Amino acid sequence: MKRWLPSPMLSLMLWGLWLLLANDFSPGQMVLGVFFAWLIPVITEPFWLRRPRIVKPGKLVMFVLMVHRDILVANMAVAKLILSSPSQLRPAFVEVPLDTDNEFVITVLASVVSLTPGTVSADISADRRTLLVHGLDVEDSAALVASIKQRYEAPLKEIFGC
Amino acid sequence: MLSFALNAAFVMVGIAMLLGSWRVLVGPSLTDRVLALDTLYINSIALIVLFGIYLGTSMYFEAALLIALIGFVSTVAVAKYLLRGDIIE
Amino acid sequence: MSVWVEGLVAALILIGAGFTLVGSIGLVRLQDVYTRLHGPTKATTLGVGGIILASLVFFTAQTGVLSVHEVLITLFLFITAPVSAHLLAKTAMHRQEKKVQSTRGEPWQQ
Repeated sequence: MKRWLPSPMLSLMLWGLWLLLANDFSPGQMVLGVFFAWLIPVITEPFWLRRPRIVKPGKLVMFVLMVHRDILVANMAVAKLILSSPSQLRPAFVEVPLDTDNEFVITVLASVVSLTPGTVSADISADRRTLLVHGLDVEDSAALVASIKQRYEAPLKEIFGC
Repeated sequence: MLSFALNAAFVMVGIAMLLGSWRVLVGPSLTDRVLALDTLYINSIALIVLFGIYLGTSMYFEAALLIALIGFVSTVAVAKYLLRGDIIE
Repeated sequence: MSVWVEGLVAALILIGAGFTLVGSIGLVRLQDVYTRLHGPTKATTLGVGGIILASLVFFTAQTGVLSVHEVLITLFLFITAPVSAHLLAKTAMHRQEKKVQSTRGEPWQQ
């Protein structure tokens, strides 16, 4: 099982991706998609980082929806900042201590931080313990760190169970 | 209504690309220029998708997808070169 | 195509183009390279997302067949935008680009 279907989630995603790319949901494309969805994970298995299991799929859906909402709401806020008075911005570098050492979770967290406007993840320390985040308009550095940890890191840790 | 929206959008994306080109030319730093180029390729995707809607054909989808792929890879390559002085170490 | 669908497509196109424009205005107006990173990587990505959503609705309504392959571009942009932003931020720190006076905190040495 492990050898012939290394990661069912990846296979499912590849299958969906193939159907989207073909833009054709006919049986023939579905069969071809199944073939690629089986072949690619088997070939690429040695290259992958260690991936955590998704412990709580329901929570993942909620998290994705929340991130989408945040992207929309915060983009409006940033648009307003850009259009009103760029000289009165309060940019800041803040360091966010991380509670997890899983590469995959850190990557997702850094991407989410970058996608929600107002913050860009700029660097990660060599020991994978601190994330450097640049904020566009930060009122209180400690509050920003707390909100990133509580809003994004805590649910991610729960979803991947680490 | 749609044709008005399309024309307005063409103008807006066009202005966005002009502003991006200004940043490419003015700089001041090399990172700024790369960032502006990154923005320009994303803008060009928007322009191509809009053009596809304008002509009513989905033929341009592949072009937009290819620009997305190549644009990302070139941004990463240039950033990596500026960062490490080499692309593949 | 009904008036409602046309209105929806027009609204999505205008919202998308608006965000794209805001991203580029940010690129020109903001003060240093670190703050400039914020405008294009996110506002522009969202703007293109809006335009692509419009294209999806338009072609689905036009042909009557669900046309979802445009979602791929959005998906790809949303995955790659943080990566390029991160690399450009690292590049800026490595080259020790100037930051505005009011910035609190220090960039790391690369």
